[in-house]
Amino acid sequence: MRSIPFLIFGVITLSLIFWLDNSWTISGQAAPAFGKFLSPQEGLWRNAEPTDRDYSADLSFKQLKGKVNVYFDERLVPHVFAEQENDAFFVEGYLHAKFRLWQMELQVYGAAGRLSELVGKKALPLDRHMRRLGMVFAAENQVKEVEKDPQTLAACNDYTAGVNAYIESLDQGSLPIEYKLLGYYPEKWSNLKTALFVKYMSYELAGQENDFEYTNAKSVFSASDFDKMYPLMMDSLDPIVPKGTPFPNPGVRAKIPASANADYFDTRDSTDLEEQKPDPANGSNNWAVSGAKTKSGFPILCNDPHLGLNLPSLWYEIQISTPAYNCYGVSLPGGPGIEIGYNDSCAFGETTAYRDVRDYYQITFKDDSQKEYWFDSQWVKTTSRIEQIKVKGEPDYFDTVTYTNIGPVMYDKKYNGDRGTHNKCYAVRWSAHDPSNELKAILQLDKSNNYSDYLAAIAYFHTPGQNFAFASKSGDIAIWDQGNFPAKWKHQGDFVMPGTDSTYFWQAMIPQNENPHLVNPPRGFVSSANQMPADTTYPYYLGLNYPIYRGWEINKRLGAMSNITPEDMMRLQTDNYNAFGEMALPVLLKNIDQPKLNNDELQYFDILKTWNLRNDADSRGATIFVLTWDSLETIVWSDELTKSHLSLLMPESGTLLEGILKDSAFKFLDDINTPQRETLSDDVTLAFKKAVGVARLADSMGNLEWGKFKDTKILNLARIAAFSRLHLPVGGGSNCINATKEQHGPSWRMIVSLSPETQAYGVYPGGQNGNPGSRFYDNFIDTWVPGKYYLLWMMTSSQARDQRVKWKMTFNSGA
Amino acid sequence: MKFIVATILTMLLSFCACLFLPWWSIAIAAFAVSVLIPQAPAASFLTGFVGLFLLWGLLSFWISTKNDDILAHRVSLLLLKSDSPMLLILLSAVIGALVGGFAALTAAYLRPAGAAQIDK
Repeated sequence: MRSIPFLIFGVITLSLIFWLDNSWTISGQAAPAFGKFLSPQEGLWRNAEPTDRDYSADLSFKQLKGKVNVYFDERLVPHVFAEQENDAFFVEGYLHAKFRLWQMELQVYGAAGRLSELVGKKALPLDRHMRRLGMVFAAENQVKEVEKDPQTLAACNDYTAGVNAYIESLDQGSLPIEYKLLGYYPEKWSNLKTALFVKYMSYELAGQENDFEYTNAKSVFSASDFDKMYPLMMDSLDPIVPKGTPFPNPGVRAKIPASANADYFDTRDSTDLEEQKPDPANGSNNWAVSGAKTKSGFPILCNDPHLGLNLPSLWYEIQISTPAYNCYGVSLPGGPGIEIGYNDSCAFGETTAYRDVRDYYQITFKDDSQKEYWFDSQWVKTTSRIEQIKVKGEPDYFDTVTYTNIGPVMYDKKYNGDRGTHNKCYAVRWSAHDPSNELKAILQLDKSNNYSDYLAAIAYFHTPGQNFAFASKSGDIAIWDQGNFPAKWKHQGDFVMPGTDSTYFWQAMIPQNENPHLVNPPRGFVSSANQMPADTTYPYYLGLNYPIYRGWEINKRLGAMSNITPEDMMRLQTDNYNAFGEMALPVLLKNIDQPKLNNDELQYFDILKTWNLRNDADSRGATIFVLTWDSLETIVWSDELTKSHLSLLMPESGTLLEGILKDSAFKFLDDINTPQRETLSDDVTLAFKKAVGVARLADSMGNLEWGKFKDTKILNLARIAAFSRLHLPVGGGSNCINATKEQHGPSWRMIVSLSPETQAYGVYPGGQNGNPGSRFYDNFIDTWVPGKYYLLWMMTSSQARDQRVKWKMTFNSGA
Repeated sequence: MKFIVATILTMLLSFCACLFLPWWSIAIAAFAVSVLIPQAPAASFLTGFVGLFLLWGLLSFWISTKNDDILAHRVSLLLLKSDSPMLLILLSAVIGALVGGFAALTAAYLRPAGAAQIDK
């Protein structure tokens, strides 16, 4: 034995193995364990599935009570036939895990404030935000409610068991690739995780509010200026419930607190917070037209939820069939049921209600220990919760969150949304903390046979508020602005409220039957596009900040249509007409001072002038319009908004437009930092010139056309560009029915014609298999981009030998 | 001849080992073959190197081809900043080869100098 060479090369070999078996950060980039990752038998190559992969399988599970047959069609959509109802949820859980496990877990880690465990310290601010908002607290309350309801509890237990059955079958080599890249292993699923997922959706869809920005605005601007910048209602609003609809007398009358003028409206307190917020564009369209307006004589229901566009997709197509019902639609990997879809009797879909169900209350603590706070003239004790945040590569971070009778104290001296130190403390009152069982609404909706079933089902849906559209084969159409909404007095909750006094609390929730709704209206259609659900004659306060143009355009078009076919609905759903542009372009054109333009600018002016008001992918006019209007908004508002160092909200586009249309000497046109008084023409001309600067640069790079300028992308959830689809040539945008923005837009498009033989169409920009190595990862995108749809197949068990069936998974009951 | 047998045996043993053990068991396989089939150190290194280069290279190539290179396109872009499935396959082959080569080389030094010549 030659000891020295033996030792040297032995050490080299072992070091090589050690280095290749661990993940390292190389020049700032996290790198996987290369030996493990590149091994053909264990690493990424295990995820490179053959394109002719056979998905058929014969499995047995002791948790199943009966047999379940799953037939996959050529789009890898599973048609699940279960003899026993709850077995369907077991299989749904198994399939969600099989095809989308990484996404499910990541979303729940995010909701639970545990991202630092996976990616390290950089996620700590977001994690603290989620903990302090009380996401886990909310999920725990939901689990308690679920446990009280046998139907939901059984569905959740079976769903969880299905997910875990799949996880148990995994080993290092069969893990999804993202686990291998990031170096972690999946955890067991639980009902708490399902509840966390529901709260994650609540955060995305009902986490939106601007209380701090409005409070700051109140401290900087006069009351009348505030009302001009953030009006209660805009002229072009076409509410969900048409203007002029009489409302019954309110069952609850919210009393304005006696001290409101002194302590609320007239205070000039400001805050120094910058919040993490969900995407403000999270919204959607839905509508249903009655048989009177359709060619078939039967109703058609349409829905396209607007959410972040990611890979893997938020949605997973599935059919669930049991002896009791057949339902087809899209499900959310994370919980049982089908959220948007149709069954043998009716169809249903949702848009976000945009109601303000999250308010802040300023807390006066006795001292820095935060053990007592002043409330209704006495010191009241608090409780606290220690949040332990594990951080990859570092010691655990501990954050103590104080809880009051209002809710968790989200912001205090130790946490300020990551913006320096601060002396004020705010507790958050969020309806998502309240006990509720939204899953029951979904499970019941899937089985609904008629309008009263639908109404009974949605009553369980408390947070997030959603506009539920409904249409049935028997001819009913309806929409309800559904949720558990606080009955508020005018402007309650727009600003931070005093937390020392119970008169500022939400006094009651609006009775269910008083939520805005429209059932079989004479005009023959119902719709919602996140606009205000009713006008200000509605007896409860609806809050500020609703988009109005999509709703206006949809109603105008539906009102004019007759003999409607599903193809007409496809054209409407993918329409790039810019309703806001229709009203704003004339104002811009009239006020651009042409003599002041140089030759170059005149060329771009010509393009703007001849724009056809459509945000088509090849439109240059659309780009110039958007640039000019955005530039105008900045010119008009930035002098006001940057006057103080406080965080303020840019007013809605419609506010500026209506302000200008009503009064060309709109007071905010003046730049307060200059001695002269700017006119509308000064501002618009300057805006146009600035826009041309940007347009010229884009033009030189060949990116002036709207589709290229907007550069729509479907981004991987971990922001891995190589696992994303970039540079998609899609039109549309804000204020278009086709609300496709840069990384946000119609995450599912569905059209259901409720003739006796249901005719349904749908598409989402993604694929059924969350594995980037699968040909089913992103194959739907190429159909979605040009605005096409797939024909949806509600399969019957007699069609088991249909040529559309490509693979079959059999789930047997037994060990 | 001995070289060819040793190389093939390294490939087979590595493949089988990885069916039950983690990836680094290729080092054990290469080490074991180097003990069983005495060669000079340089030859031992080459046996381990070439054996694993072929095993990992051919396997990943075959897998990627059946996958239409879908994943290799994406992962090569991610790790190597260049859309090149072949480069990724090559990298996999080289990594396996290095581990196999050094493991086999280490085992060759268990024998005294020149011991392998006697059996030749």
